[in-house]
Amino acid sequence: MSAVRSALDSAYRAEWGRIVATIIGLTGDWDLAEECVADAFAQALERWQRDGIPDRPGAWLTTTARNRAIDRLRRANVEQTKLRERLMNKTAELPHADLDGADGALDLDSDSDLGDDRLRLIFTCCHPALALDARVALTLRTLVGLTTAEIARAFLVPEATMAKRLVRAKAKIRHAAIPYRVPPAHLLPERFHSVAAVVYLLFNEGYDRTHGSDLIRTSLCDEAIRLGELLVMLMPDEPEAGGLLALLMLQHARIAARVDEDGELVALDQQDRSLWNGALIRRAIGILERSLRRREPGPYQVQAAIAACHARSTRASETDWSQIVSLYGTLHEYWPTPIVELNQAVAIAMADGPQAGLAHIGALDLDTALRDFHLLHATNADLYRRLGRAHDARLAYDRAIQLSTNDTERRYLTRRRDE
Amino acid sequence: MRYMLMICNEEQAVLNQSEAESTAMMADYGKFFEEMSTRGVLRDNARLRPTSDATTVRVHNGEVLTADGPFAETKEQIGGYFVVDCADLDEAIAIAAKIPHASSGGIEVRPIWEM
Repeated sequence: MSAVRSALDSAYRAEWGRIVATIIGLTGDWDLAEECVADAFAQALERWQRDGIPDRPGAWLTTTARNRAIDRLRRANVEQTKLRERLMNKTAELPHADLDGADGALDLDSDSDLGDDRLRLIFTCCHPALALDARVALTLRTLVGLTTAEIARAFLVPEATMAKRLVRAKAKIRHAAIPYRVPPAHLLPERFHSVAAVVYLLFNEGYDRTHGSDLIRTSLCDEAIRLGELLVMLMPDEPEAGGLLALLMLQHARIAARVDEDGELVALDQQDRSLWNGALIRRAIGILERSLRRREPGPYQVQAAIAACHARSTRASETDWSQIVSLYGTLHEYWPTPIVELNQAVAIAMADGPQAGLAHIGALDLDTALRDFHLLHATNADLYRRLGRAHDARLAYDRAIQLSTNDTERRYLTRRRDE
Repeated sequence: MRYMLMICNEEQAVLNQSEAESTAMMADYGKFFEEMSTRGVLRDNARLRPTSDATTVRVHNGEVLTADGPFAETKEQIGGYFVVDCADLDEAIAIAAKIPHASSGGIEVRPIWEM
């Protein structure tokens, strides 16, 4: 790969979202921003090969994209007068950009006048007035810079469907006047969770299918972690951002041990812990501890603390299950869902024996959806098996296999049933 | 930016409420009106007659078809509306959340198509 190509690739990964965010902040036009940034990258390929790679590629690309946006708006018809006025008002405060200088005369680094617009972009992409799947798609397109085709492939939908989803989301932002801003302090806790849900879903989409050969899917985990790091950097006063990032890193650290050579799932207690990424675990625990020191706990910090309990144990038998039981109790106060209770039941079974776990599950108030949840039956099956109740275990495995929609998981359950 | 905030509730429950309940609800709306008048965001509002008084009009191949009843037969109906003029969707959502029926029914927030 040529030097220009690799400089462009790393600029794309590092700068795409920031430049798009800046141009949206300047013009208020999402489509225009995406097109102008894409144009700037196309132009860079040609110009950098001819003139050399600029000292600060990000500033060069931002200036080029901004100049392109100004050109486009100047040529635009009267319908866009309003937009143009807005742009001119904002750019009046800035010196005019001169691209013929060494590498762009404008200083558009994150500490410049324009600041870092990425946080505004994240909160707007993840506005709760947008459907969750639209939030995810918009974040990947606008902030991460994946193409519509890549996002469609990652979520296993036709490209036309994904394109329509993105168009609809952007139209809603425009028509319903979803503000392009970081929400005020009193809305932040609630709105942070809307952002965290997107990042977490992104991670799990990649994590649940790590056995596949489709790199787009596995790269979703990396993108989610990058977004988590960005949130920690941009929201230093939000300890839940650190909680979320630590949680993602701790799960990611186990990825190599999670499937065997044949692509089959390996349960946590069976995993070869020497395959866990120790350096990543140490970094994650450091991040979690910094968040916890603020003494403003939240559901992501608690989940990360649970993951840390597992990550700290060099052998499955050393796991501090009573600590995990108590952490699930805390998590249940934030998220009173049956799934959290089911996880707590598993921990109780490990701490106090399978009979205690079954008793906890038996006392749950289950709605119809959870009664058909495959993990409920898989959990029951495992507890029956450990109690030596082979017949009950077999029935529960059958039910879990029937209800599961994931092939790898089904094969895992079948293997356990037939052992 | 103008938004229409539509109050969706179970109209039978509203029609059947006791006098005390209805007085309390009126008092809540009184407070809401007072606050919104001070803020200057209210443009228009109305309480709507029940859906038993509604007529739905559709035009099919140039022919006007009228039918007795509301557009959608769901458990909840549009019982009233406010038109507010505010900065953005976040402000509209915040106002919608203050409408007394937000806690017993729901409020649909619709941007108004500016012509």
